[in-house]
Amino acid sequence: MMRTPLRPLARILDAREKGENPDVIEAEERAIRNVKLQTRMRRRAESRLMVLGIFFLVCFSVVGVRMSTLAASEPHEPVSAAFIPQIANQRADIVDRNGEVLATNLATTALYAQPSLMVDPKAAAVGLSKIFPDLELDKLTKDLSGKRKFLWIRKKISPEQQQLVHDLGEPGLLFGPREMRLYPNGKLAAHILGGASFGKEGVNAAEVIGIAGVERYFDESLRDPSREGKPLQLSIDLTAQSAMREVLAGGVKLMNAKGAGAILMDIHSGEILSMVSLPDFDPNNRPRMLIKGDPSQSPLFNRASQGVYELGSTFKIFQAGINLKEGLVNENTMIDTRGPLRLGKFKIRDFHDFGKQLSVTDIIVKSSNIGTARMALAAGASAQQQMLEKLGFFDTVPVELGEAQKARPLLPKRWSDISMMTISYGHGIAVTPLHLAAAYATVGNGGYKVKPTVIKQVSVPEAREQVISENISKKLIKMLRAVVTNGTASFGEVKGYEVAGKTGSADKPKPSGGYHDDKVISTFASVFPASNPKYVLVVTLDEPSIRAHGEERRTAGWTAVPVSAEIVARLMPILGLRPNFAAARNFKFVSVRD
Amino acid sequence: MKTFLYIICCGAVISVAYWAYKENYRTQASLRRVVDLQQKIAAQREAISVLKAEWAYLNRPERLRDLVDLNYEMLGLIPLLPDHFAEVESVPYPQITVDVNKSPDPVFMSSANRSPDKETP
Repeated sequence: MMRTPLRPLARILDAREKGENPDVIEAEERAIRNVKLQTRMRRRAESRLMVLGIFFLVCFSVVGVRMSTLAASEPHEPVSAAFIPQIANQRADIVDRNGEVLATNLATTALYAQPSLMVDPKAAAVGLSKIFPDLELDKLTKDLSGKRKFLWIRKKISPEQQQLVHDLGEPGLLFGPREMRLYPNGKLAAHILGGASFGKEGVNAAEVIGIAGVERYFDESLRDPSREGKPLQLSIDLTAQSAMREVLAGGVKLMNAKGAGAILMDIHSGEILSMVSLPDFDPNNRPRMLIKGDPSQSPLFNRASQGVYELGSTFKIFQAGINLKEGLVNENTMIDTRGPLRLGKFKIRDFHDFGKQLSVTDIIVKSSNIGTARMALAAGASAQQQMLEKLGFFDTVPVELGEAQKARPLLPKRWSDISMMTISYGHGIAVTPLHLAAAYATVGNGGYKVKPTVIKQVSVPEAREQVISENISKKLIKMLRAVVTNGTASFGEVKGYEVAGKTGSADKPKPSGGYHDDKVISTFASVFPASNPKYVLVVTLDEPSIRAHGEERRTAGWTAVPVSAEIVARLMPILGLRPNFAAARNFKFVSVRD
Repeated sequence: MKTFLYIICCGAVISVAYWAYKENYRTQASLRRVVDLQQKIAAQREAISVLKAEWAYLNRPERLRDLVDLNYEMLGLIPLLPDHFAEVESVPYPQITVDVNKSPDPVFMSSANRSPDKETP
């Protein structure tokens, strides 16, 4: 481009000749030049704007197109070949200590109706009431022909019922998949497993939630997808549980008892191998809670871990333990047993008159209330409280069952001398049989505290609190053994298993106060084999009574003890505990199975 | 020379594009297969869980006990009791009679007084 100078010589000379001001020409030229420059700058700016505009347009249209394709396309989960997810059940199984299934899931179907889709609601109602006889025809007809848009008809139906509903050919009847909880063993271990029911429900799925027992206690962990369906392993042995339930049911029938509870526990690890409470229920079809009346009469009530009872003379061994620990007596010290023992208006009597005095061992063997009360007086209340607290009688049992954690022991408000004496023989303190089992485990295993559990343990915990010394534990076992060999529990002997235990028969308290004369709770708590205790067994019968030798018998020696012996004889071979043949030559076992 | 290079490049682009296209479809087919297999696995697992539940139901101790009671004559089973345990010492040591005239068969040494054909079940 030709550059025009600001003062073109030709025009300047011309202007000078004409006598004009050449500066005007310069200004003119400058103005022209500025206009040209402006025009050029504007064009450049315009083209830059254009490029930027196009760039943004392209960017926005890319985003827009991507968004519209995303909006228009069907959503699908990202799949990758490298990661195959574990397709696990909604809820983990529960198995026993040997891996046998106790609770599992089963796919089933739920039936619901959408009346707005129905062709002939009346015919559908008639058809449904034929398939499910317990549906009320009138109510169903009203529901189906009314304004309702949606209605559940059945939560679980069988494949046969589903086919029958299909055959009705009604488009308004629809099915939703369901996973239901199944307890294949029925009533077995019902109180431990508890039960499950549906939580939040949708058409395509429903939440299964635990409502009692371990199902409730471990609800979150059972539902946790990260456990990938790994089953929950309980300490229960299915075969032992079954045998115990059978024997106990036979015992309840034979002894005309109202109910019964039994616990078999590993004496070192506290694993509950079997726990039965009768009457029981089927967790597949869990009965409703009693709204009125005594909840302890419901089959849902676990007499072994939930019921608090005065367990009677089974407590005497603890008093003997206290006095041995305090160094007040040894096993042969003679104690005054003349009766009745008076304290103010209160009198303590024995079942028989045991004469002037008995040794500590004989007090346990013959079960003298007076002797135990005198021992309690000698040791004092604080020693008793300390020992009972250490044995776990002041708190709930820390077992993994919600119901058991609500069963708080009943203790006297004031620990007076009278309470102290009655507690020494198991009256005035009410605990669950599970408390008693844990305490007997401590007595029998060398004095170590155990934590009852229903979960299989890998090993015995190393750091355990020692409540009594091993030496005292041995002495106490010896006394308990003597109760069976020549005391109140002579029917408890199972040759080869050296059962050592203590009976307890406590009158049942009346709701109005005072005690029944003819209703007892009879208990037998035992550890065995005495030479090297491995198991602890507590059997409790509620209101047993049997006619034997022409008399009505209610005491534990006649009721709980024989049942307990049968349980030992049946369960120990199942658990693989060999009888000690050296201790039992030429024995014959007689079954009392009915 | 330049033309030759162009042709080579074009050919390479076409073949790579063809390969990518094919791989894409193969991947998609594989993914579909994975989904299909996963559904089959899920169905199989459900079937297994149903079978397990049925197995557990059929093996419930109550039913087995009833079956044992029903078939007592055939099976002769009774509950395992303490006197079913025995000690190894109380089992008599097998008496071997050796015929001095015959050289003993080393295989059936321990059961010389039994006929070998009854040995195998």
